[in-house]
Amino acid sequence: MPERYPGYDVLAKRDTLSWNDASREVIAERLATLDVPTFFNEEEWRTLRAICDRIIPQPDHATAVPLAAMVDRKVAQDRRDGYRQASLPPLQEAWRRGLAALDAEAQAKHGARFHALASDLQDELLTATQRGELRRPEWQGMPSHTFFMERITHDILAAYYCHPKAWNEIGFGGPASPRGYVRMYFNRRDPWEAAEATPGHEDEARKANERIA
Amino acid sequence: MSGLHDALHAPRGRNGRAPDPLRVGGWMPMREFAGDEAVDFVIVGTGAGGGTLACKLAEAGFSVIGMDAGAWWRPLEEFASDEAHQEKLFWTDERICDGDNPLKLGSNNSGKSVGGSTVHFAMVSLRFRPEWFKSRSLLGYGADWPLDWREMWHYYREVEQALKISGPVTYPWGPPRPRYPYRAHEINAAGWVLAQGCEALGIKWTETPLATLSAPRGQAHPCVYRGFCVTGCATNAKQSALITWIPRAVKAGAEIRDLAMVGRVETDATSGLVTGVHYHREGQWRFQRARNVVVAGYAIETPRLLLNSANARYPDGLANSSGLVGKNLMVQTNQGVYGLMEDEIRWYKGPPSLTITEHWNYHDTDKDFFGGYAYMGQGPLPQAWASTQAGNRGLWGEALLREMEKYNHQAGLKICGEVLPQERNRVTLAEEKDQYGLPIARVTFSLCDNDKALVKHSIKFMTQAMQAVNAREIWAEPDDTAHLNGTARMGNDPATSVVDADCRSWDIRNLWICDGSVFPTVGGVNPSLTIQAIACRTGDRIKQMATRGEL
Repeated sequence: MPERYPGYDVLAKRDTLSWNDASREVIAERLATLDVPTFFNEEEWRTLRAICDRIIPQPDHATAVPLAAMVDRKVAQDRRDGYRQASLPPLQEAWRRGLAALDAEAQAKHGARFHALASDLQDELLTATQRGELRRPEWQGMPSHTFFMERITHDILAAYYCHPKAWNEIGFGGPASPRGYVRMYFNRRDPWEAAEATPGHEDEARKANERIA
Repeated sequence: MSGLHDALHAPRGRNGRAPDPLRVGGWMPMREFAGDEAVDFVIVGTGAGGGTLACKLAEAGFSVIGMDAGAWWRPLEEFASDEAHQEKLFWTDERICDGDNPLKLGSNNSGKSVGGSTVHFAMVSLRFRPEWFKSRSLLGYGADWPLDWREMWHYYREVEQALKISGPVTYPWGPPRPRYPYRAHEINAAGWVLAQGCEALGIKWTETPLATLSAPRGQAHPCVYRGFCVTGCATNAKQSALITWIPRAVKAGAEIRDLAMVGRVETDATSGLVTGVHYHREGQWRFQRARNVVVAGYAIETPRLLLNSANARYPDGLANSSGLVGKNLMVQTNQGVYGLMEDEIRWYKGPPSLTITEHWNYHDTDKDFFGGYAYMGQGPLPQAWASTQAGNRGLWGEALLREMEKYNHQAGLKICGEVLPQERNRVTLAEEKDQYGLPIARVTFSLCDNDKALVKHSIKFMTQAMQAVNAREIWAEPDDTAHLNGTARMGNDPATSVVDADCRSWDIRNLWICDGSVFPTVGGVNPSLTIQAIACRTGDRIKQMATRGEL
């Protein structure tokens, strides 16, 4: 799929009025996340990485957002959401249990751990998780669909869409303080916003995006 | 990173000074009281209810301490333009949710800061429809309020002036109201989508009255349309309690204690009156004496505190002889309809809800349900939008990435819908304890058939509105809620309400409740303006009662 915002890099605005010191500090710390586990053990880490690769496929490993590490930090710091469905255990326990259960399901069905399965089999298992069809004892009564909604997609998507790479893909303006926006009407783009490519005119968008400051 | 989280680790309101949120690194002098000094009022919570009341009572000359479990932020230097980082403003302590429709809490409905959730609210500042104050008598559902709409009209005006609400010259619905103090904001494309849909369907719309500046005010400059409103305003254009009522309260002699979690309200074994509060601050439990206690923790923390304060004399919790503390929890339904536009919308620019229609709040025919709803233009930021896509459409993988790429062409409409009060929807105490050792809240919520009928009606109508503006790939978000109300309703009868019209508890005459908990019904508009109007009225009433020796 061609890029919708070719050449757009929200980080090019880091030293402009669109970013205050607080935003610079927060994003710098996020970009420095090391792709290693601090909470999950080796087995859990492999399973989590494999899940992240299916929820947000990132074929280019060089630019991949370290989603598993970002989820790991949330879980390690026990940063909860402010609510929990009664059928779920607390954050850390939910992840530990869910990862073990998915591996057990993979073993039972395919004789291999989740991370070792081909991607279509992984997707199949994730779809079954989403549909609430998995009920092995390793789930310990935790509904698989609730785990999928409240932990897998909730935590992994939150990690991805707070990353500048994701903002570039969707043409989001990113940090905007103290400079906000001026052009509010339909089809009006401030010069510091992403330019969208129209088919056949990708180069124009690329040039506009490279001028952003 | 530590600097941006400093406010969470050590209290700032102490040693005779408090942060001045309007100046970088600024401080303002603050009066302080000793723990054994019985102040006139301790107010638990400093949001729309407690922050406003602290200001009114301090300005009336009472000695006041406002306590908040949250931090005292300096927005200009400590707020990043970032959804994830700004979760520091939310109440993320654990709560257990069950019922047929378990609530999602912590973001759009709970704040933990000095200023409460007004620090990250969407600034939508609407008056109730007058008939809603007597919805049982006039409209046949819910419960009557013990308040008169004409009196509330006066207090709405007071709040609109205090916050310099920006809004239209003439408001299309309800009895005439004065023009808003500040002019309406420029409408973004997302707002025009709503407007064009309304015009195509022949209903009225207007610019949403918003608590964000459209012109300079003192040290705050106008809104710069950065669009991060629901993650906290870094420029102080948003007129939150943090930058309006709280500085006024401090200037008038109130003390605000940040990072002060109240765990129990104490009562006297003989008189049954409250004597003060036990609160946790700087690593230990402390006691503050008070002649009156006002609980203003919003519709979960307020009943939780009253229930956690049970003692031998009040075994079912304080102010609970009616058995209604914690019951009648009401949210507002918050369903949306989204579609793809040919035009670029870029809905991340500007406040998310710049236009509104209250048509279905004021139009009583063509409905198969009680109550009403408003709907507004939308502008979710990327994390919130991904969560909406995944939560409602079950998207992940390539399918999700493809949908997310359409972000800048999306537009949407979302309701603020009335739910009916039901006693089965309630806040109770769970076995599990929080970091202070206090039992956490269990929040039970189920929609009733009327609520579902309202949602269905709204989705059908908003779908037509999106079709009318030639949106493609239209889909409905069936599952979202906003706001929290009820759980300590006001009324005229001690048997069927927790507090009277003055927010004074029937059971304990020096215990008051002043927040969204006191709502008998919720109406179809965002509650913050009404909460602040009630707080202003309560402040005036307390002053009158004190003059007459009735406290």
